[in-house]
Amino acid sequence: MLNIKNGIRALGEKAIGLISYVGGLGIFTGEVFFWLFHPPFRIKQIFKQAEKIGVMSLPIVSLISLFTGMVLALQSAYQMQKIQAEMYIASLVALSMVRELGPVLTALVVAGRCGAAITAEIGTMKVTEQIDALETMATNPINYLVTPRFWALLISLTVLTIYANCIGMLGGYIVGVYKLRITHHMYVKMTFDPLRHSDVRNGLYKSVVFAIAICIISCFEGMRAQEGAEGVGKATTSSVVKSFVLIIACDCLLTAFMYFIGR
Amino acid sequence: MIEIINLCKNFGDHVVLNNLNLTINTGETTVIIGRSGCGKSVLLKHIIGLLKPDSGQAFIDGKDITRLAGRALNGVRMKFGMLFQGAALFDSLSVWENVAFGMLEHNNRRKDEVMDRVTECLGLVGLSDVEELKPAELSGGMRKRVGLARAICMKPEIILYDEPTTGIDPIMGDAINTLIRELHDKLKVTSVAVTHDMISAYKIADKIAMLYNGRIIAMGTPEEIKNTRDPVVKQFIHGEANGPITLGG
Repeated sequence: MLNIKNGIRALGEKAIGLISYVGGLGIFTGEVFFWLFHPPFRIKQIFKQAEKIGVMSLPIVSLISLFTGMVLALQSAYQMQKIQAEMYIASLVALSMVRELGPVLTALVVAGRCGAAITAEIGTMKVTEQIDALETMATNPINYLVTPRFWALLISLTVLTIYANCIGMLGGYIVGVYKLRITHHMYVKMTFDPLRHSDVRNGLYKSVVFAIAICIISCFEGMRAQEGAEGVGKATTSSVVKSFVLIIACDCLLTAFMYFIGR
Repeated sequence: MIEIINLCKNFGDHVVLNNLNLTINTGETTVIIGRSGCGKSVLLKHIIGLLKPDSGQAFIDGKDITRLAGRALNGVRMKFGMLFQGAALFDSLSVWENVAFGMLEHNNRRKDEVMDRVTECLGLVGLSDVEELKPAELSGGMRKRVGLARAICMKPEIILYDEPTTGIDPIMGDAINTLIRELHDKLKVTSVAVTHDMISAYKIADKIAMLYNGRIIAMGTPEEIKNTRDPVVKQFIHGEANGPITLGG
C-alpha cells in the first residue's frame, strides 16, 4: 500500500514538475519574443554570436553533410542498380538533403555544438551571479544574452542548412559520378530537375523552427542552472537532449503539415 | 532612506525572513551581521529588487521597490551599485568593459570620456594597467576591487556589499575595508553591507544590525553592539560555540 502511495506521489511530483517547466518555458518564450522587437538591438553582438555559431560550425557541417550525401548515394545504389535506375540516385540525394536531412542534421549538429555551449555559458553566468549583476545594472538579461543569440542562430542555421544541402549533393555527386559511373550531365540534370521551390522553401522553414527551438531551450536551461559545476553540467546535458527531441518532434509535425496542407 | 516593513520570504517550507523591519538612514553605512545562511544576502537582494517577498514592503526613497517592474524598477536600480560576493565580473569582457558596463549601456558618452571615468574608478580602488586583462587573469582581491570600481562607476547613491571580505586573505580584506570607508567618506553614499566578519563590521559600520531567525534583533553603533547584553548578539560577536544560538539553528 505504501509503495502505491509513494508511486502516486512520485508521479504527481513529476506531473507538477512538467507543468511548471512548460509554463516557465512559455513565459520565457513570450519575453524573448517581446525583446526581439524592442531596443537595444545589439547588432555587434549578433555578428559576434553569428561568427561563433555559423562560421565555427562550417567544418563539422561540411564533414557531416559530405558523408551523408555519399552514404545516401551508396546505400540507394544497392536497390537502384537492381532495377537499372541509377540515374535516380541523384534525385533521391537532392530531395532527401533539401527536404529533410540538410535541415535536421544541421540542426542536430548546431544543437550539440552551439546549444550546449550557450547553456554552459549562460549557466555559468547564472551560478556566478553575473545575471544578477546584469539586473542590478538595469540591463535585462534576456535582451542582453538571449536576443543576440536568437538572431545569430536564425541567420546562421538557415545559411548553414543551404550550405549543408549543397555539400550533401556534392557528396552524392562524387559517389555517383566517380564510383557509380553516372555521367556528369545526367547527374546534374537529375539533381535539379525534380527540385521545386517548395522543397527548398519547406526545408528552410524547418531550419527557422529548429533555430527557435535550439535558442529557447538552450537559453532557458542555462537560466535555470542550479548551483555549482554539477548544476551547469546537468543543465547542458538536459539542453542537448531536449533540443534533440524537440527538433525531431518539430520535424515530424512540420513534415506532416507540409505533406497534408502545404503541398 | 531605505525602509523595510514586515518583510516575509519563504523558500518552500524554509522561513528565511519573518516580518523583518529595518530602517537605513541616508548617508550611513549599515552593516547587517548574522550566521551563514540566516538570510543576509536574501535581504540584500530584496533591497535591490532581485527577489520579491511573499509579503511586506521595501521602500527606497519613498518608492516601494517590491511593487515595481520593468522601466520603473530599472529607474530605481540606477541609484544602486552592488559588489557581489564573488565580484560577478562578466567573464567575456575585459576589465575596462566590466567597469564601464553601466556607462556603455545607459549613457551615450564618447569613448575617451568613458575611459577617463574607468581610469578614475580603477585609481580609486588602487588598480592601474589592468584595463585590458580578462577577469580570469586577476587574483581574488583584484577581482573584488574591479567589482567595486564597477559598482561606483555610475556614481550611485546607494552601494550594497555582499560579504565584501569573504574568500580573500586578511591583509586584502583590511584593504577592502579601508576602501569601503574611503569611498563612503569621498562619495557620501548610503552603504549597506552584509557580513559575518566582525572585524570588517566594526571598521566600516556607522550602524550594525543583527539578523537572527528572520528578524533584526538588535541595532546600534559598533560600540553599542560591542557592549550589548543580548545573549544572542554577544554569542555571535564573540564567536562562541555555546549559547542560545545552536549549531543546528
